[in-house]
Amino acid sequence: MKTFDARLIANYPVNERYWQMTLDVSARDTPARPGQFFHIRCGDAWKNPLRRPLSVYNYDDELRQLEFLYLIKGSGTEQMTRMKKGDSLNLIGPLGHGFTLPDQGPLLLAARGVGVATLHALARQARAEKRGVHVIISARTPGDLLTVEALNQIGAVVHTVTDQEGTSSTASVRILSEQLIRKEKMAAIYTCGSRRLSKLVQELAVIYHLKGELATEAHMACGIGDCYACACTVCNDNQLKTVRVCTDGPVFPIRQVVLS
Amino acid sequence: MDLSVKIGSLTLKNPVMPASGTFGYELAPLLDINRLGAIVPKSITLSARGGNQTPRICEVDGGMINSIGIQSKGIDQYIAYILPAYRHYEPPLIASISGETIDEFAQLATLLDRQAGVAALELNISCPNLRDNGQAFGMSASATNQLLSSVRQVTDKPLIAKLTPNVTRIQDIADAAECGGADALTVANTFLAMAIDTESRKTRIGNIMGGLSGAAVKPLIVRLIYQVHQATNLPIIGSGGIMNGQDAVEMFLAGATAVQIGTATFVQPNAMTTIIDEIITYLERHRIGAVTDLIGRFELA
Repeated sequence: MKTFDARLIANYPVNERYWQMTLDVSARDTPARPGQFFHIRCGDAWKNPLRRPLSVYNYDDELRQLEFLYLIKGSGTEQMTRMKKGDSLNLIGPLGHGFTLPDQGPLLLAARGVGVATLHALARQARAEKRGVHVIISARTPGDLLTVEALNQIGAVVHTVTDQEGTSSTASVRILSEQLIRKEKMAAIYTCGSRRLSKLVQELAVIYHLKGELATEAHMACGIGDCYACACTVCNDNQLKTVRVCTDGPVFPIRQVVLS
Repeated sequence: MDLSVKIGSLTLKNPVMPASGTFGYELAPLLDINRLGAIVPKSITLSARGGNQTPRICEVDGGMINSIGIQSKGIDQYIAYILPAYRHYEPPLIASISGETIDEFAQLATLLDRQAGVAALELNISCPNLRDNGQAFGMSASATNQLLSSVRQVTDKPLIAKLTPNVTRIQDIADAAECGGADALTVANTFLAMAIDTESRKTRIGNIMGGLSGAAVKPLIVRLIYQVHQATNLPIIGSGGIMNGQDAVEMFLAGATAVQIGTATFVQPNAMTTIIDEIITYLERHRIGAVTDLIGRFELA
């Protein structure tokens, strides 16, 4: 974990609400793992004094490039869209605990919204290890579906469901997931981006005895474990504990996470 | 050049230290902790506390609102693990303590009085996030006086009272703390504040209200330091909105002996050492031999 400046290589809109950013991190030698995040200064220190935690969308070890897929959610991410090639960004990272893979077997990933950015990195790692990867991507409309092409290209099997088409209800996703778990003999299941999906994945992990992990999101101040802003509740050995998303997570075993 | 300052019987090699709740040893890879004037770990309570509901922070223009609620593992864990974790650092450690009753403050002070690793106690009598509607001991002069007197009886370590800015006349509270036996005053804790998301109509802090910190509060803190400095002879630790060395110097001129840095560390983890460097540059530029020569030395326009 270090504070460092990275040069911006590319920054462009993917659709109406999402942008993609590529940074040159060749000055850094710490690889970033899927599920980890960087804490990024987004511009004007008066308007947006706090950093934004963005999970790794892709880390290219050979090119030493770091990519983020980010949702324009407020004035901070809005400022990020105004950054141009050659600009310098200040980052802290990589931070937090990333995903862990089972010893063997295929993986089922279920993402909604910007959660797909986090799971995309995991899919890449798993494909690089020649694992079977199925990704269920849920979105409001077909236009909001992200990274389908990129995932297809790396050989992941993508299943899209949307609110508009009426295919994204918990019941529908459950049927689809259960089919895939049985047919593909899934070894692990991962999710990010939706409370509804998280609850479903938590249930499925228990029922089918799968390794399961959830990547959580939170508002953060320090990002490194000092301020206790990004609290979430976990249950370990029947004991409820308030933990920090930034340092204890952001990836947690899904059985431990308390989803209200 | 002399950067050293005295807080009661405690001498600090320079006047820059973290504000409680914004610092931890997690900063070690990003900040040279040994360069700080003092170390101030997060406030500790007698028993474990889970903290407040989320969201616990939100960003506003020029700062942030927080309502963490002092998530704490309790004093036993603090003595067993937190204090030893700082043992190999050079700066003296100021333990910030927080309680729901005067007796809890006294119990904490009794336990920490025996700890050689604790150089001074900062009494957090001003957290806006513990009791209903932001109430705090530091809002009452008599409660402040009683609390300081009780703690004074159980320890000889320097006592720093962290005052709340959420009062009508801070001078009265400063006076009460001094009479109760305080050796120094931190001016001040965060300003009780609130923010609402206009799209969702939801409060942006789970606990509805929280404490405002950051650059936005600096002129208010400069004013409070000035008022407290006029009312008391105690050393003042200025805290609120310092983002750079110039801001720190402004607080010295208003009457502060030392400063605490909080929100700036969230913006840039090494903010405190940068601020120390900028204070040195200022002193050099103005040919001032000692930082203490700045205290209260502003001039009328």
